[in-house]
Amino acid sequence: MSEHRIDLTVNGHRHSARVEARTGLGEFLRDTLGYTGTHLACEHGVCGACTVLVDGVAMRSCLMLAVQADGAELTTVEGLAAPDGTLHPVQQALKDNFGLQCGFCTPGVAMTLAAVTRDHEGPGLEEALTKAMSGHLCRCTGYQGIRRAIRQLAGASA
Amino acid sequence: MNIEAKMDVGGIGAARYVGTRQPRKEDGRLLTGRGQFTDDVRVPGMLHVAYVRSAVARGRIVSIDLDAAREMPGVQAIYTQADLAAVPVSFQTFFFTPVEAPVTLLADGRVACVGDPIAMVVADSRALAEDAASLVEVTIEEEAPVVTIADARTGALVHPERDDNIAAEMGDEDTRLAIQPLLDASAHVVTTRVRHQRIAQSPMEGRACLASPEGTNEMTVWLGCQSPHLAARWIALVLGMPTEAIRVIAKDVGGGFGLKNIPWKEEMAVIAAAKLMRCPLKWIEDRFEALTASSHARDQDVTLSVGFDADARLTAAWCDYACNNGAWPMGEDANIAVHMFMWPCYKLPAYGFVTRGWYTNTMGLGAYRGPWAMESLVRETLLDKAARRIGVDPVELRRRNLIYLPDQPHTSTLGIPVEDITPGECLEKLVANVDFPAFRREQAEARKEGRYLGIGVATYIEPTGAAGSMAPMTGETVHLRIEPTGKVVAMLSTHSQGHGTATTMAQVIAEQLGVPYEDVAVYEGDSAIGAFSPGAAGSRQGVIAGGATWKAAQLLAEKIKVVAAHLSNASVETITIDGGMVHVAGAPEMSRPLREIAEIAYGEPGRLPPGLATGLEAQYRYQPPPMTMTSAAHCCMVEVDAETGFVRILRWISSKDCGTVINPGVVEGQIAGGLAQAIGQVLLEDMPYDARGNPLAATFKDYMLPTIFDVPDFEYLHASTPSQTIGGMRGVGEGGCIIGPPTLVNAIADALSPFGEIDELVLPLTPARILDVIEQRDVSGTRASEVVPVAEVTAPVEAAPVAQVSGIDGDWNMVLKTPMGPQAMVAHFDCDGDAVSGWLEAPEGRQAFAGGVLSGNQLKFEMKVEKPMKITLKYDLTFDGQTVSGKCKMGMFGSAKVTGERG
Repeated sequence: MSEHRIDLTVNGHRHSARVEARTGLGEFLRDTLGYTGTHLACEHGVCGACTVLVDGVAMRSCLMLAVQADGAELTTVEGLAAPDGTLHPVQQALKDNFGLQCGFCTPGVAMTLAAVTRDHEGPGLEEALTKAMSGHLCRCTGYQGIRRAIRQLAGASA
Repeated sequence: MNIEAKMDVGGIGAARYVGTRQPRKEDGRLLTGRGQFTDDVRVPGMLHVAYVRSAVARGRIVSIDLDAAREMPGVQAIYTQADLAAVPVSFQTFFFTPVEAPVTLLADGRVACVGDPIAMVVADSRALAEDAASLVEVTIEEEAPVVTIADARTGALVHPERDDNIAAEMGDEDTRLAIQPLLDASAHVVTTRVRHQRIAQSPMEGRACLASPEGTNEMTVWLGCQSPHLAARWIALVLGMPTEAIRVIAKDVGGGFGLKNIPWKEEMAVIAAAKLMRCPLKWIEDRFEALTASSHARDQDVTLSVGFDADARLTAAWCDYACNNGAWPMGEDANIAVHMFMWPCYKLPAYGFVTRGWYTNTMGLGAYRGPWAMESLVRETLLDKAARRIGVDPVELRRRNLIYLPDQPHTSTLGIPVEDITPGECLEKLVANVDFPAFRREQAEARKEGRYLGIGVATYIEPTGAAGSMAPMTGETVHLRIEPTGKVVAMLSTHSQGHGTATTMAQVIAEQLGVPYEDVAVYEGDSAIGAFSPGAAGSRQGVIAGGATWKAAQLLAEKIKVVAAHLSNASVETITIDGGMVHVAGAPEMSRPLREIAEIAYGEPGRLPPGLATGLEAQYRYQPPPMTMTSAAHCCMVEVDAETGFVRILRWISSKDCGTVINPGVVEGQIAGGLAQAIGQVLLEDMPYDARGNPLAATFKDYMLPTIFDVPDFEYLHASTPSQTIGGMRGVGEGGCIIGPPTLVNAIADALSPFGEIDELVLPLTPARILDVIEQRDVSGTRASEVVPVAEVTAPVEAAPVAQVSGIDGDWNMVLKTPMGPQAMVAHFDCDGDAVSGWLEAPEGRQAFAGGVLSGNQLKFEMKVEKPMKITLKYDLTFDGQTVSGKCKMGMFGSAKVTGERG
């Protein structure tokens, strides 16, 4: 199995490692670097739980190899809140609205909503956030609190 | 936005937390990636497990070639059953009774379903373990599998050592003779058949286990479970180890839904292998395994016939229920609860049933949210069908038959007592808040435009918070203390897989104690914390643990008041606690923080009242009433696209009575989660098997969970009638998953009514199956592909030669197949001519009987028992030399098999 050296930044911390070519990014983040907030739930790109930001773009870390992240800047859910612990508006909105129960899918949901909230310009944020949820499965909440959180985020930006 | 301000009530100024949307205590860690799920835990020296699984449904293992796999670098061990047999196991059901078809950790010479684990690879990493697993060569002599219930009736034996493929059986065909004349005499008889698909419970976190041997014979197990206490007790029982040798930790678990009630083969094999290797082993199930090789649920085929008089009042009902147990169910199950809870909320004079579970060569069944939910689905969909047939409004039909509060106490035809159920009141609240006539007008207008709207209603009750009648269903304990710092610590036997028990319990404690919610820390999720409880199983934690915390906090508050009164030289009645401050009525200058009282209670015992224990601690174990009923009525409105067969849910209103609501955000979250799963069951989810026994949904692209676009905004009406428990809560965890399916099916059936009836409800109602009704032909191919069920043949009773009975006096070892699993007992008979007396002895005790009659080799006797409820057991036994067999009529439970031999 070929091994490759990769250098990348996660939540502002620089990391270097040797990884097998086949090692998935999510597995690497969790097992090698210890960012266990990223959850692998289906490992085939449907449920979205493993979503992280790669150079600012929301990506499923189960469908990307670690070597593909060489040189990239990553943000995982551990890096979403401010350094002083203040929750990101997406985290706060999910908390305010009972947007999570077991919390296993939540890190991925939070990363996607954070990416869309940051990138979206003009009206239609609620629709954009809701559409982005098409890439996420939640088995607990029936999406009620997530939808309320989306409305709170859209209302705050309106 | 849904945060309600804390309300001040009364003159004491105590903060109200119960009934408010307190933010969840769990969210801080879960939102920031700092939860602790099993796969997040690492132990030094930990190795990883992958399983080699059967690719065929049924057959004999000819050979297992491990050579290539063993040579792989990084592989530390490969085990087959021959190796793991060194750790004896005795698999148990959730009820702590032995499973009937003995389960081995790995396949023992034969495989009985696709996914059956055959070998276990232990390696330095999960990837290496999976690599090596793929190099294990297994040769299996494949045999024609038994896949469906129809196959099971006529096919080969799934477990060759058994007499038939009936895994469990209750009820009595004979009662049909009594019911049929009542149906024949009814003005209307409506029959419906429901075929419920197989469900994969699909928690977002699959099963997970990390077993770490410690000391000489101890084991710490991080486990995806629903109760660390129950899991620890179950594991110890299965392994024959002392309970204190097993510690189970489960801080965060990514959903359970019944699947994780008990560990199963894979988790137990990890624990057994860790014992053998004396090193920590981790197994994390992947999604392919989770879908195809975790225990499944539902897979039922049910026919119900109900009679109505000319006024649409119920006359009698008969039900034939069958469910596909698979090969290795987590307890053989005929689902007696379906029949117990089908009619207690309706005035039905007579009911009979026969109910069977069948073994097949498919993955075994486990529990799933509302395991008996079929009772509501088949009953409520039949009632709507009847309303259309008879020409009565569905709401009116229910009004004529439901049990309202003035009708209670009431005892159902099967003996279930109800005294505070409110399904009728929930329905009236629903009708008062939803403009049904306006919808009917809109529906009529829409039909003129070729748009098909439908409205569906369903009502139900649900037993929650069960305690005291089944071994695992117990009370709950809370250990509560105020630290010397004045902060509150609660240690609970509860467990959250999303339930938010740390939140709701802290709300109860904060309110009863008079401290800020933020000052209460709740610890749970570890069998070393709290005491035994089954955790999340049967909608019980809010009811029972809520009651326990309620009472414990009151006890602790009393102690604080005694101490404060003593210190202030005041009477106890003048002391109040509010916001963490202790006040003396009329002496505001004597107010002091709880911390001061706590410092004295721990550090200056001389200042305490004489004889009072130091510290500020309380412990309480709450034993609630045996069952607490929850009631609801739901309404759903849909539009069905007649061109495509797609269903769009327009509105969904829940009118639910779950008593005292501790946290509306949590309660509504439970209802919504259950309803989303209901929508999945009705429209989307399916785990089909092909004729060779292959599970066909291997990914989330095949097994379709509801997405945000499939679930509407739910609306809630809370009819909070306090229950008889401390605090007045009623369980809410499963209800949405029980009442949801019939509500949605009824709405769809109403929309489709211009085209015809859904003759036979086959789930899921895919667009093609809806087009079957719209186009009145077999668009979906459901009928074409249906295996014509062979008329049920009751296994012929072998005409046993009437052996000359040499006398039945003495001891017999007998086994009674109860709904909770087989129960072993010793029977002792003393004959005096034809008159027989004696006793039966089980672990719970010995009970004598008299008045038995022996005729030939047949013995009949009766015995009255108190548990699980008052019933008269009627034994009818036939002796054949050294063996005995027969049945025991158990009142409402129907008949159960008895077998045995001379002791």
